Amino acid sequence: MSGTHTQLIDGLNALTAGLVLLSAFGMVTTRQVQGVIRFLVVQSLFVAASAFLIGFDRRSTDLVELGVIMIASKVITIPWVLRRMLPGEVYERREINQAVNIPSSLLLALLLAIAAEFLVGPLVATTSDPVIHVNLPIGMAGLLIGGYTLIARREAIPQLIGLLAMENGAFFAGISIAPDLPLIAELAIAIDVILIAVVVGLLTRNITETIGTSEAAAMSELREEPHSWR
Amino acid sequence: MALMVAVFLPLLAALLCWLKPLRSIAWGITVFCLAVSFAATVVTAGQVLGRGRVVAIPGWIEVDGLGCLVLLLVTFVCTLAAIYAGGYMRHGSSSKARLWWFYSNYNLLVFALAVVPAIKRTNLVWVGVELVTLFATLLVAYESTAGALEASWKMAILTIMGAPISLFGFLVLYWAFRSAGGGLAETWAGLYAMSSTMPPNLLKFSFLLVFVGFGAKAGLAPMHTWLPDAHSQAPTPVCAVLSGVKTTVPLYVILRFLSIILASPEARLGEWMVVIGLFSVGIAAFLLLQVREYKRMFAFSTVEHMGIILVAAGFATHEAAYGAMAQMLNHAITKSLCFYAAGMVLLALGTRQISEVRGLFRTSPFAGSALLLCSLAIAGAPPFPIFLSEFSILSAGLRAGHPAAVTILAIFIVIAFVAILLQVNGMLFGKPQPSAPAAAIPLSCRTAVVLAAIPVVILGVYIPGPVHSLLTLAAQQLGGR
Repeated sequence: MSGTHTQLIDGLNALTAGLVLLSAFGMVTTRQVQGVIRFLVVQSLFVAASAFLIGFDRRSTDLVELGVIMIASKVITIPWVLRRMLPGEVYERREINQAVNIPSSLLLALLLAIAAEFLVGPLVATTSDPVIHVNLPIGMAGLLIGGYTLIARREAIPQLIGLLAMENGAFFAGISIAPDLPLIAELAIAIDVILIAVVVGLLTRNITETIGTSEAAAMSELREEPHSWR
Repeated sequence: MALMVAVFLPLLAALLCWLKPLRSIAWGITVFCLAVSFAATVVTAGQVLGRGRVVAIPGWIEVDGLGCLVLLLVTFVCTLAAIYAGGYMRHGSSSKARLWWFYSNYNLLVFALAVVPAIKRTNLVWVGVELVTLFATLLVAYESTAGALEASWKMAILTIMGAPISLFGFLVLYWAFRSAGGGLAETWAGLYAMSSTMPPNLLKFSFLLVFVGFGAKAGLAPMHTWLPDAHSQAPTPVCAVLSGVKTTVPLYVILRFLSIILASPEARLGEWMVVIGLFSVGIAAFLLLQVREYKRMFAFSTVEHMGIILVAAGFATHEAAYGAMAQMLNHAITKSLCFYAAGMVLLALGTRQISEVRGLFRTSPFAGSALLLCSLAIAGAPPFPIFLSEFSILSAGLRAGHPAAVTILAIFIVIAFVAILLQVNGMLFGKPQPSAPAAAIPLSCRTAVVLAAIPVVILGVYIPGPVHSLLTLAAQQLGGR
């Protein structure tokens, strides 16, 4: 009885893992600033779902707390803070010139997901815990794809979302490898993530007001020019 | 008790600066609180020398020799930078209305910097380092000019991107800790004690992630590109803190972690640290030759010194660890002095370009002498302290059996030495530009420069007993053969 029950939970967890990865791909392919934010919210929900599933299966209050913290910070607080802080036109924006076009981006993201599998392969091999086998590679993939979003995007807010997606990847892996992290550490991390969003949002607002665009690529004045020795 | 005061007084100061009736005296509050915090750290250092460690809240707030050394550097540099800020922000800043905001944020930065060496739990160390990055980013953007915003955006993207990467690393570390059976609390000491039982695979992987994440914050090449931009645009007192201690603190975490790796028999990474450190030193040495702004020049010099400290830690002997600690101390006190001097040049002449500053000795003798002193000291000329610590690192490297690395390091150090002195030579001598007369330098700036110069001059010829004992104690915590 408990065997099939756990199997069901593991199956559901694998499903949420797939959805986490899919929402990461969604972030890569979406041009609309608003759409990218939606994908982040969806991804955070799936990360929380995984925490609830495993927490329920193992009777772990720590994981349930982690899920609640996840929803409170990334599904509710951060989108609300960004909405309050940023002028509407930042939201309406569509990214016109991306560094890499969308089909190539998607291909790269796929390659990153495969690379993640290989990167953490030796670590996964040290354990027989099925949750680690699912969550660690997908979490790593989330981290890498988020990092790619951060580098390839030209708009300030999608860059921030890429950063938060990286954090989602770390949390998703954390559900399996650090399920009993002390509550105070989880809370501190969540507050820190919110602060990151606030600070980057504040910067974005100042940049939009001063420079007139939230396109981060427009800022390219500071660079190293060789000194001419006379 | 003294430790609690040292760590939490800056937080109180930040709150006080925020209060409406106290906003006009924000500078006074900041200087007073930070000076008390520094004095409390000195008292703590005395206790650490006596007992080996000081516990304020068991299991949470505690310092050992290494932690105390870093805390001492943080409070010392931040106190002097606060004094310096008094005159500098009044004359050299364009947005004066929000000065209280500046000081409040500054105190928060000091608090975050002080928490990192004092907190025991490794997971909370991550939180502390991230807070440092956030407050520092806001301070770099303080002037709200296009340049400042661009610099802080670059800094935010490059250094905050490290946050999730290093978080991943700390989670893997927690996993390694749990699979070793636990028993001890997850603290630096606990991890060190269990280093031989933790799976080396996990340990190595987690170290690499933390190294990538925090290496960017410490300004190690090739993730150093935010550093010169931030230093050219940030208000000068902030530069002193950024270069003197904000880069040191993430490096401190890397060194702590490295000591655990080095204690684990299978996961050897020392040689890699030597290579990566040398890469930073080399990149910085060649960039120093072609730099055009003097504040950027000192920023590149920071990259160089972070690299040297990493190389020394990679040698993994007691002797080299002592050199690394001495270098950390000497760099923090000397580099902050460099930025005080650079800030005075900026105040006096209003230009950031090296080529536009000529004959500084004639236009502003005080700024000129300070610049000469600090450039000689930071380049590593005898009889300044950096010469001593660099020399001890080189000789420790030879004895540890790394002749090739020592040769390359020595060559890079000489290139950097020549580059800095060539650049400064042009600024100090020659014909001053007749265009504008030099502006006067505020008293608080002069005071800070004189106070900051005292240890730089003294430590080169005489290392007091307590300082030597603290360095030895700190080096012991780094381990090594």
